[in-house]
Amino acid sequence: MTPLIATTAGGPLLVLAILLPAAGVLLSLALGGRAAEKVALGLTPLGFALAWLIAMQVAAAGAPLVYAIGGLPPPLGIALRADGISAVMLLVTAIIVAAAGFYARAKFATPDGTAESRSALTFWIMLQAIWAALNLIFVGGDLFNLYVALELLTFAAVPLVCIDGRPETLAAALRYLLFALFGSICYLLGVALLYGAYGTLDISLLSQRVQPEAIVWTAAALMTAGLLAKTALFPLHLWLPPAHANAPAAASAVLSGLVVKGSFFLALRLWFYVLPALPSAAPGAVLGALGSAAAVVGSVLALRQARLKLLVAYSTVAQIGYLFLVFPLGLGAHAWSALGWGGGLMQILAHAFAKAAMFFSAGLLAEALGHDQIAGLRGAARALPLTFLTLGLGGLSLMGLPPSGGFEAKWLMLRTSAASGQWIWSLPILAGGLLAAGYVYRILAPALAEGEIELRARPQRARELIALALAMTALVLGFAPQGFFDFIEIGRPLAAMSAP
Amino acid sequence: MTPPVLAGLAGAALVGFGLYGLILHPHPLRKLLAFNLIGSGVFLVFGIVARRGAAAGLPFDPVPQAMVITGIVVAFAASALAVALILRLAAVSGKVTLDPEAWAKTPSTRPDGGGGQ
Amino acid sequence: MSVLPILDVGLAFLVVGLAAWTVAARNLFASVVGYVAYGLLLALVWIRLYAPDVALTEAAVGGGVTGVLLITAGKRLGALEKDEAGATPALALKIVAGALALFVAGALAWVVVTLPDPAPTLAPAAAAAADGPGAGLGNPITAVLISYRSFDTMLEKVVLILAVIGVWSVGADSAWGAAPAPLGRPQPAGAMVLLAQILAPIGALIGVHIFWVGADAPGGAFQGGALLAAMWMAAMMARLTEPPRIDARWLRLALVAGPAVFLVIGFAGLGLAGDFFAFPPAFAKPLILFIETFMVLSIAVALPLLVAGPPNGRSAR
Repeated sequence: MTPLIATTAGGPLLVLAILLPAAGVLLSLALGGRAAEKVALGLTPLGFALAWLIAMQVAAAGAPLVYAIGGLPPPLGIALRADGISAVMLLVTAIIVAAAGFYARAKFATPDGTAESRSALTFWIMLQAIWAALNLIFVGGDLFNLYVALELLTFAAVPLVCIDGRPETLAAALRYLLFALFGSICYLLGVALLYGAYGTLDISLLSQRVQPEAIVWTAAALMTAGLLAKTALFPLHLWLPPAHANAPAAASAVLSGLVVKGSFFLALRLWFYVLPALPSAAPGAVLGALGSAAAVVGSVLALRQARLKLLVAYSTVAQIGYLFLVFPLGLGAHAWSALGWGGGLMQILAHAFAKAAMFFSAGLLAEALGHDQIAGLRGAARALPLTFLTLGLGGLSLMGLPPSGGFEAKWLMLRTSAASGQWIWSLPILAGGLLAAGYVYRILAPALAEGEIELRARPQRARELIALALAMTALVLGFAPQGFFDFIEIGRPLAAMSAP
Repeated sequence: MTPPVLAGLAGAALVGFGLYGLILHPHPLRKLLAFNLIGSGVFLVFGIVARRGAAAGLPFDPVPQAMVITGIVVAFAASALAVALILRLAAVSGKVTLDPEAWAKTPSTRPDGGGGQ
Repeated sequence: MSVLPILDVGLAFLVVGLAAWTVAARNLFASVVGYVAYGLLLALVWIRLYAPDVALTEAAVGGGVTGVLLITAGKRLGALEKDEAGATPALALKIVAGALALFVAGALAWVVVTLPDPAPTLAPAAAAAADGPGAGLGNPITAVLISYRSFDTMLEKVVLILAVIGVWSVGADSAWGAAPAPLGRPQPAGAMVLLAQILAPIGALIGVHIFWVGADAPGGAFQGGALLAAMWMAAMMARLTEPPRIDARWLRLALVAGPAVFLVIGFAGLGLAGDFFAFPPAFAKPLILFIETFMVLSIAVALPLLVAGPPNGRSAR
């Protein structure tokens, strides 16, 4: 047995990170009523502490944490594995889930003496389920176990889309479900082929056995196509805007900031960890081209939206596009790969925080004004200064202006495209940035103009501050020290060969 | 032709028919049936992998078979959720179209631009 | 050519033909009926692949429970369908979809036929492990499901629970807590009632038996639970009993019992056997049967609830 698959110190923490929110789901349903909210919010500090402990252990060991479940190592058993990027994603997820939970209390609280309500129970249970599913995706080491995680994520995310029950939200949820199911089944077919070819589904065992042969290319194509459908990469993006724009703001933030990153993360796992033996130029070029198209098309569509939440949702389509530039810029054992890898990871983080902050703000704004029509925002910035400050700071990161995480991500990607001689990828990065400036301007310009506006209700200061804190985090990411980039290198195959 | 090869070809055909129906049929229930065809085709691929893995006195490799059992449960749960959404959509709106254009014509804005009860 | 291969070829053609019918049928309900027949036939294919455990699952879930779900939905939607008959897909889309489907099916067929020989397998490892942590389990699939891939099995039950909540969540706010609509017609046919009265107890006994022997023979928690679920559904369709209120405490506890017990014993494994989800060898078999008992309960409750749909009417509390 390879030493890779023996349980390491700190390994049991990985099981806890998954089972804590999963136990929360079961407890919330069993107790019902007000308990769901208490359980979900009560778990957030514990979940954050676990993610922090895992990150500390990974940093201390300088190597991935491993846990063989039941003491039964792969290939017969299932292993969990946390490397640098797993630990970072666990932390980000814990923070954004907690922010969404506290932000959502205003809407989904069940006060003393009131009966259990449909929307509240659904929201709190599904929030925890998304958390459990994402944590498993980040630390899962077995491709079939990761399929179960993908399905958990789907079943948790879809009901959030139609939580308010209007017909158009039901249609959006149904479309989302069908796309997601199609994605999972494509992924599963690829898993079946890989097992048929190599007799294991453990990521590290597979990476040692995989050869560039027809069955592997077929499996890789199927799994990638499925994950693209779930990540809403152009041209499979049609389901995303109505789904993300129609959910309640707290759910939209989680769906746009985190859930689409789950399937993207698996695409990273697949190409960087399972298939490093495959030649990377052609798949990198295809994924990069689709990502570039998404960055441009998504931004253009965002420019044309009349509703703020739809604009923010289309901006997600565009920002997902940038993520896929990590494939041409980070795959392979080149001197510049680590730079592109860092840029891709920074883009995940910057977008997660910025987008969650913007959806929170869009929700506050819609509650205060009674609508979210961009045409009706004249003068709103004076009435809601904090909310618009958050939208502006989030927008700064989306545009990629310094100092922000979005800038850092794009700067790293631009440097990589120069260093690798792949100049072509700098075009969509620059064009997308300009277009993003256009749609952020569309929100801010009327709001900053003189005008009379009537507020239906003033948003709670605490909720405004939650959104602002996330936007500030997106900004601070731009100052990430070198230690951060060393940390996300931990456990990356080929990392040693491509150290800059 | 041995049963595994036959089942493999049948599985491929099922995936093909399902994919065709999933893309082509506008009705969500027809899409769901097509998705289930793809699903059973994929399970058959697991089935032949299991059968080909017969060894050590076992007529099959139990691991892929166990995965199919898990997969069938998940596929049923997916069908049930989809059916619930389709029936509810039909009940509240009288139509089951998924075309976003059809829904964009009648936007109903709620207090937070989406939520509301 | 002996008889069996001819039967195999016939079966394969029948299954693929029914799949083609499901896609090609003009009428929604005809398509649903085609699919349900297809699901039942698939069980036979699984028997021919030496997969009796999968065949049992496919017959109970793919054929039985899914059949009730889809036929009910098809009947309710059949009336609507005429309004949308105008939307026939364009020829160009047909050609593109056809070409894509053909390409994918062709590539898949090629890859499946040329799978490596000898095939890689975990069968020897699983057989050898009969002396290990799956000790005393004669059915290697049960050992894989409960011991080696316990994480899959436990989380898949959580998926089932999420689906139940998802189905409930599409109901009206005012109905929350109430029972789903009855499964059967107001006056069920006499034959249906008689059938359910005779079938339900026998089927339930068989379900318990399938679960109990599942440790050593084909069968197990899922198959047994699915059969129990089907019997409960038959009783509800004959109006011998009605769907329960979704806020009933016993119902909530029964739903979470399977994964919750699994989780608690999995945690206890850290103390008892040194690892999460490890079983102390001396108690492995009784512990596994204990977990499976609660799994059967959760499955038997979850499947009918998924078919019954969201709460209906007004919640009088």
